[in-house]
Parts: sequence; structure tokens; C-alpha cells
Amino acid sequence: MIVLRKFLRAFLLLLGMASAALAGPYEEALPRFTSDSYADTDAAIGAVAASGNPLAVDVIEALRDGRLLVGSGQVFIRRASGDLINAATGQAWGNPAGELKPVRLNNRVRRAIEAALGSLTLLNPDAAKRLEAARAVFRSRDEAALPALEKAIAQESHVPVRNALETARAAILLSKQDAPPTQKLTAVQTLRDRSDQEALALLSNLPAHAPPEVVAAAGKAADGIRARLAFWQAFQNVWYGISLGSVLLLAAIGLAITFGTMSVINMAHGEMVMLGAYTTFMVQELIRSYFPGLFGASLLIALPLAFLVAGSVGVLLERTVIRFLYGRPLETLLATWGISLILQQGVRTIFGPTNREVGTPAWMSGALDVGAMSLTYNRIAIVVFAFSVFAILLLVLRYTSLGLYVRAVTQNRRMAGSMGIRTSRVDALAFGLGSGVAGIAGVALSQIDNVSPNLGQGYIIDSFMVVVFGGVGNLWGTLVGAMTLGIANKLLEPYAGAVLGKIALLIAIIVFIQRRPRGLFALKGRVVEA
Amino acid sequence: MSIFDMTRRNLMALTAAALVSSATAQAAKAEETIKVGVLHSLSGTMAISETTLKDVMLMLVEEQNKKGGLLGKKLEAVVVDPASNWPLFAEKARELISQHKVSAVFGAWTSVSRKSVLPVFKELNNILFYPVQYEGEESERNVFYTGAAPNQQAIPAVDYLAKEEKVERWVLAGTDYVYPRTTNKILEAYLKSKGVKAEDIMISYTPFGHSDWQTIVADIKKFGSAGKKTAVVSTINGDANVPFYKELANQGVKATDIPVVAFSVGEEELAGIDTKPLVGHLAAWNYFQSVDTPENKAFIEKWKAYTKNPKRVSNDPMEAHVIGFNMWVKAVEKAGTTDPDKVIDAIVGIKVPNLTGGVSEMLPNHHITKPVLIGEIRADGQFDTVWQTDDLVAGDAWSKHLEGSKDLVADWQTLKCGNYNTVTKKCGS
Repeated sequence: MIVLRKFLRAFLLLLGMASAALAGPYEEALPRFTSDSYADTDAAIGAVAASGNPLAVDVIEALRDGRLLVGSGQVFIRRASGDLINAATGQAWGNPAGELKPVRLNNRVRRAIEAALGSLTLLNPDAAKRLEAARAVFRSRDEAALPALEKAIAQESHVPVRNALETARAAILLSKQDAPPTQKLTAVQTLRDRSDQEALALLSNLPAHAPPEVVAAAGKAADGIRARLAFWQAFQNVWYGISLGSVLLLAAIGLAITFGTMSVINMAHGEMVMLGAYTTFMVQELIRSYFPGLFGASLLIALPLAFLVAGSVGVLLERTVIRFLYGRPLETLLATWGISLILQQGVRTIFGPTNREVGTPAWMSGALDVGAMSLTYNRIAIVVFAFSVFAILLLVLRYTSLGLYVRAVTQNRRMAGSMGIRTSRVDALAFGLGSGVAGIAGVALSQIDNVSPNLGQGYIIDSFMVVVFGGVGNLWGTLVGAMTLGIANKLLEPYAGAVLGKIALLIAIIVFIQRRPRGLFALKGRVVEA
Repeated sequence: MSIFDMTRRNLMALTAAALVSSATAQAAKAEETIKVGVLHSLSGTMAISETTLKDVMLMLVEEQNKKGGLLGKKLEAVVVDPASNWPLFAEKARELISQHKVSAVFGAWTSVSRKSVLPVFKELNNILFYPVQYEGEESERNVFYTGAAPNQQAIPAVDYLAKEEKVERWVLAGTDYVYPRTTNKILEAYLKSKGVKAEDIMISYTPFGHSDWQTIVADIKKFGSAGKKTAVVSTINGDANVPFYKELANQGVKATDIPVVAFSVGEEELAGIDTKPLVGHLAAWNYFQSVDTPENKAFIEKWKAYTKNPKRVSNDPMEAHVIGFNMWVKAVEKAGTTDPDKVIDAIVGIKVPNLTGGVSEMLPNHHITKPVLIGEIRADGQFDTVWQTDDLVAGDAWSKHLEGSKDLVADWQTLKCGNYNTVTKKCGS
């Protein structure tokens, strides 16, 4: 591929020199964009990039963004403002004759664009663009970019960009046939310092022409990187576990109140999560149409609303159905299961059966690199959020009067009633609280899962598992249960695969429940009803 | 438990009685219409995909009636809801055929739902049009497969990646059930026959509705950084796709580095995701909404007008139903009757235009000819066709790449057999 492109470039250069009096290589290359063939577009990009024409970067960037238009054999650039300019002359173009179509892209063309822009924007005044350019050159390993790279390294003052430039140079030198061995050895050193997956790939796939001392040094460096990556892999798996555990915690914590403290088997709990996710969708739709500037805060706005929506549905449910069924777990189970089906089909009728798109605010995209680990921002946000919800709930139960009443009713309903607590009102509020918390879990889950009528079903079994495993009636048990299940799942998955890992975990829980039927943190003493 | 059983049985008996009485009351009226069964889930997990197909069928029936119906009679669609419940598919199929006396049924989505209705269609001798891409390895007298067989989707997609993207390392990722398992078995055999080494193939299965993709996406990244160009061939089904693609975007796996080609992701599935980070990932189908032909333009216009929703998308299984329905109409006209035996004989060789500018033909193995299109995801949630076969590809009921199936052929015209063994010269393998 690269060889071919270089050959083409040389060929076009020759062609360009022959007709230099008429038109340069740039003008020669432009018409190739009009042929609607990916191979031609690819070749044209190389030629435009090598031409040195001041419009080259504009043309290639326009191509990347779908703003390079062709029509009646000519090429135009559409500016962000909407104005058209003729790519050949750089002059404004008022009314194009005929229909203009954007030049089509595929992955091959996108890679060529990336490589070309890489070598062209190495000296861009914007440091972020320079960094991107250095990474692009690292990936393309285009030997022709070496002089530009040397020049950029000489004048680069920004440390991260300079490091990226140096790794790019090292990557090129390693694959370059005629580079002296001393340079190659330095390149191995540079890549060893970089010490990540990509460096490892380069070092363990040296070209056949590499001198023996370079091969030996690269082998040693690769072993070092492997050891380092294996070390970090363990932390990475634990992080995945914590992040899965947080999702489980969010889904289960509402259930820990309704099932754990009120002993209501609420099969419609998953649907409360779903209602929260749909509330997020509605909030985002409104924000998109009326206040587009607020999109970054859409999730924060959705949180109280999701709590209210799911919470009021929960209170309604408790008042109209569940309060007549206290003490009859089997009937509660069947009734709430029916309600869950009704809620699902209701949402399906209103919003349609297909998934709804919930956007991710910009501050939740991307990843943070710690050592050789990569922590994505949306997972970090969910972990932080899950622990905050847990802490707030703990405080509510510990320090508010509602919390006091709930604990009193949980421990001894009749005694609490005799003390003047309106137990039925406390039941309704506690159920509303549990459902509301499920609703705000839905806001978080809308970021990582489908927003569809089936959203809740995927979490109901896991939620019950967490609550039962952690110990009924204890929030701390739910926390420990969720984290244990999450981390165990993620540590098993790389060895056993996703399917077997899940089966192994289920068997482990069955065995555990046989040994300790009341879970990890069982309530003891008089509190436990016979 | 026994009490539940009793009540259920009583209920069923009651319903059946009610239906029979209403059926006799309508008997005189029933003479005037030809009934077409629509067997798609309108509730439960599969409603997400199947509800659209029910709407398409209703539109096609309405359109046919505007043209004057069929054999001088009006068509009538009978819609039932098997609720994503596999045994219920069989019950509902029986209800359509025995009680409603339908002439043909259009329906089913998952392979397991198709397998569960097969015995019913055989026993009651009726016709099923199955519109979804599937794993192949089957050919039944009563079933017409209008979706893609593996050689009309999976194999060309892999060829495209090897040729155009120079892919040398393969991740075969799928949901753990029959379609991905069989497709991956065929693909693995095919790749190995092309000289791909075992260590360059990674196979990974996940449960239905899998939502935590962190580990698997990280594994794919790791597998892909071994210095050889890597691609993911995804047979991940339905609901699990959205979290999978979201995780790919989050971990920064770009299509220019590790492209993902999917066989179960179409316009409908993409409607629930922000596709900007996914631009360039691929899908292989026999139809895309973005295909620029007059037939497709007309169809999309009608579809949007019928659903009264200008944003409604169209997809591959919808086209399969359009082709299947038109073939059935032509076959009934040719046979002059809706009698299933006559229609089954008449339909082989029938040709109808598809929506991508070609003419599809029903083959003796009850599969059809289709073009294969490879599309890249665009920022607006549509696909841009980057490659397509020059000609239509004939669907193979039995894969040429699997031991035990490569000697089998299906031919319901001359051999009257769905699994004729060309080595032993016997029907029934």
C-alpha cells in the first residue's frame, strides 16, 4: 500500500514536472477526486499532500468532513460558513452549474487522509492538532514524513507532543531499511520507554532486515513491556469489576429498600429503572428542541425528574396494589410481575418498540490513561455516582425522621404502630423512595445500555441476586454484594469467557446461599422475625 | 401448579369455543377474501425488530387490494402476536392455519422461532415466508427463505475485508445461540481454507442481552495490536449491540484501526445510537435504505406515507418481505389458486424485481437470488454502500465449507428433497 502510494506520488511528481509550465501536480491531482473511485481518491490525496500547495490542507480537511464537493468535472470546497470556493484557484464560486455531490469516503480513504494530514499539520500552531498529527504519523509510518518530523522535533517545546513525535520517529526508523543500527537501537529505547500495547506490537514484529543486535534489544524490551502490561492488566480487571459492581449497586440499591427492608418482592423494580431512562430521553428531547445550550447538563436535570416520575409511580403502585398484599409474598410476586408487563407494553405503545437515542454529554466521552490502564470517563462518572447515591441513602436512613420511621417499621411493625407511627404512610413513602432511587439508576444506565422497553428486565435478576447475596435488610450488604459480584465476574471473564463466567458465578452463589441462607450480612438478634 | 394448569386449560377451551363460533358465523363472509397470516412478535424482547415487519405486511396487503386484490378476491391480513415466546409461535401458527384458514404465513424472526413452527407447517401443509438472514443448513418444502443464507452475507463480507482492508487477523464475536455459532463455524472453516492460521482467529460468545462489554472490547483491542490488520466479524444480536458499540466508541476503537462488520445491525438498530463515533464500521446486507434506485425511492415514499412518520427507516428484512409477498402473489396468479401444494410448485422460478435494481428469483432450494452489499455507517445513521457484488448471488441451503453439509443439495422441483446427498445418492443425508 505505502509503496504503491509512494510510487504513484513519484510518478505524479514526474508528470507534474513535465507539464509544469501548464499546471502543477496539485492541479493535475484535483480532477481525480471527480472519478468516484476510492483508488483514485486515495492517489489524489497523496499527490495533493505532496504538492506543497497552500490549499492542500484545506482540500484534505474538507474531504475528511464531507465538504469537498464535485460537479461537472470541477472540485469545490464548502467553507463552514457555507460559501463555495474553487479548489483549483482558491477563488470564491457563486453559483455552481449543476448538482454538486460530496466526494465519498471509505476506511481506506480515511486512513490516507489521516496519514496525509499527519505529515502536513506537524507544525500547526495548535498543540492538540500537532499531537494528533504525531499520532497519525506514528500509525502510518510513512518514511516520507521523516524530514518533516525531524524539523518538528527540533522546534517542539510542548513535552507531550515532543514525546509523541519521538515515538513516531522511532516507529519509522525501526521499519526503515537503510537506517543505521545505532539509530534503530535508540528507537528501541524510545519505544521501551513508551511501554504500551502499540510499542509492544512494533517491537515484536520487526521487519526481516533488522540487524541481530537490534532484534536482541527489541526482544528484551518487548519482554519488559509484557511484564509491565500483565501487572497493569490485573488492576484493569479490578477496575472493570468495580465499574460493573457500581452498575449492579445502582440497579439493586432501590430494591434493597423495598425488598430488603419491606420484604416486598417487587418484580416491577426493573421497570422503575426503565422509567428513569425514558425520563432522561424526554428531558434530552426537550433540551434538544428548546435549549440546545443546556445539553451538557441534561443528565443533571433529568436526575430529580427521574426520581419524581419513578417515585410517584412507586407510591401509586403501593397505594393501589401492594398494600393489599402485605404478608402474601407469592401474590405480591405475581401481581408486580403483571404490573411490570403492563408498564413495558405501555411504554412500547407510547414510545414504540425501538431503542431511543440518549446522547452522552461531551464531558462523559473519552478516556483517562493511568499507567497502562485506560479508564473511560463515563464509567468513572457512574462509579462516583453510584457511591454518592449509596452515601446519600445511608444518610437519609440514618439521620432523617423518615429514615428513623422506616427503620422502626422494619424492625417491629406493631411496636412502631403502637408508638404512633403511621405505618401505612411510611410503607408508601419507603416504597416511593426505593422506586425513585431505581429511577435515578435509570438515568445512569441510559448512558451504557439500550433505552428500550426491555431495559429493566436485564437487571431484575442481577438485582435480586445482589440483595439476597449481600444480606436482606442491610444497605452495606448490598454494597459489598454488588462489588463482590462485579469484581468476581470480571476476574473470571478473561479466563472462562462471558457465558461460562456467568454460570460459574451463579453456581457459586447457590452454594453460598446453601451455607448462609441469610446472605453475607445477616441481621441478628430480636430483629429477625421467625 | 395444578390449579394454574386447570384454569389455563379452561381458559383455552373457552377461547377456542368462542373463536370457533365466531369463525362459523363468518364462514359465508370468509369465502370472499384470501387470508394472509402475519406471525410477528408485537410484545416482548423481539417486538423491537418484528413490529416493523407486521406494518410492512399490512401495507403490502392494502396496496395489493388497491390494485384489485388477487384472483378477483380481496386480501385480508390476519395478525397474531406470538409475544417473543417460542412455543407460542407454534400455537399461533396452528391457530392461523386451522382456525383462520390462511393461505400463507409471513413471519418469524429468530431461528428458534422458525424451528418451533416448522412441524406445524409440515403437518398442516401450509406456506411460511421467512424474511431474516439466517445460518442456513436447512431447506423445507413448506418454507421459503427470503433472507440471506451465509453465502449471501457472511462469506462476501469476509472476502471484502480480506481484499479491500487487507485484514489478516479475525475476531468472530457473537451472541451465544444457533445463528452465530453456525455462522462462525462456517466462517472459521472458510478462513482456514484461505490460509488463516488458528492463532489469528479469536472467537468470543456472550449471553443474550449482554451489557457489560468492557473486558471484551479491551481484549479485541489487545488482539488487534499484534501488528497485523485486524477486523471484528460481529454476529451479536439485537439488544446487545447498542452497549457494544457504545463501549467501542468509549474505548476509542475507530473503524480505520479495527473495523467491525456486523450481520445483525441495520438501520433500525442504529436508530438508538449516536453514530458519529461509529462512522466507517461496516454491515453486510442485501439492501440498504440509502440505495439509490427508483424502486427503492418509491417504496420508501409509500412506507413513510403509510406509517405517517417521515423519519421511519426501512431495512433488509422489510425488503425480504416485499420480495416474498410479490413472489407469492405472482405464484398464486400463475397457479390460479391459493392451494399450498399448487403454489409451492408454481413459485419456483418466479422472478420479481427487488429494491436494489435487480430481479430476484425463487430457486428450487427455496432460497432466492440477492445482491450482496457492504455498507459503511454514516454520521446520520444510514449506510453508504462501498462495495457490492456485480451479479445476484444464489442462496445456498447447505454450506460448501462445512463437513457433512458440503455434499448435500436441496431441490424441491426435480429431486423433491431438501437434503439430497450427492455422494450416497440418497435423500435424507
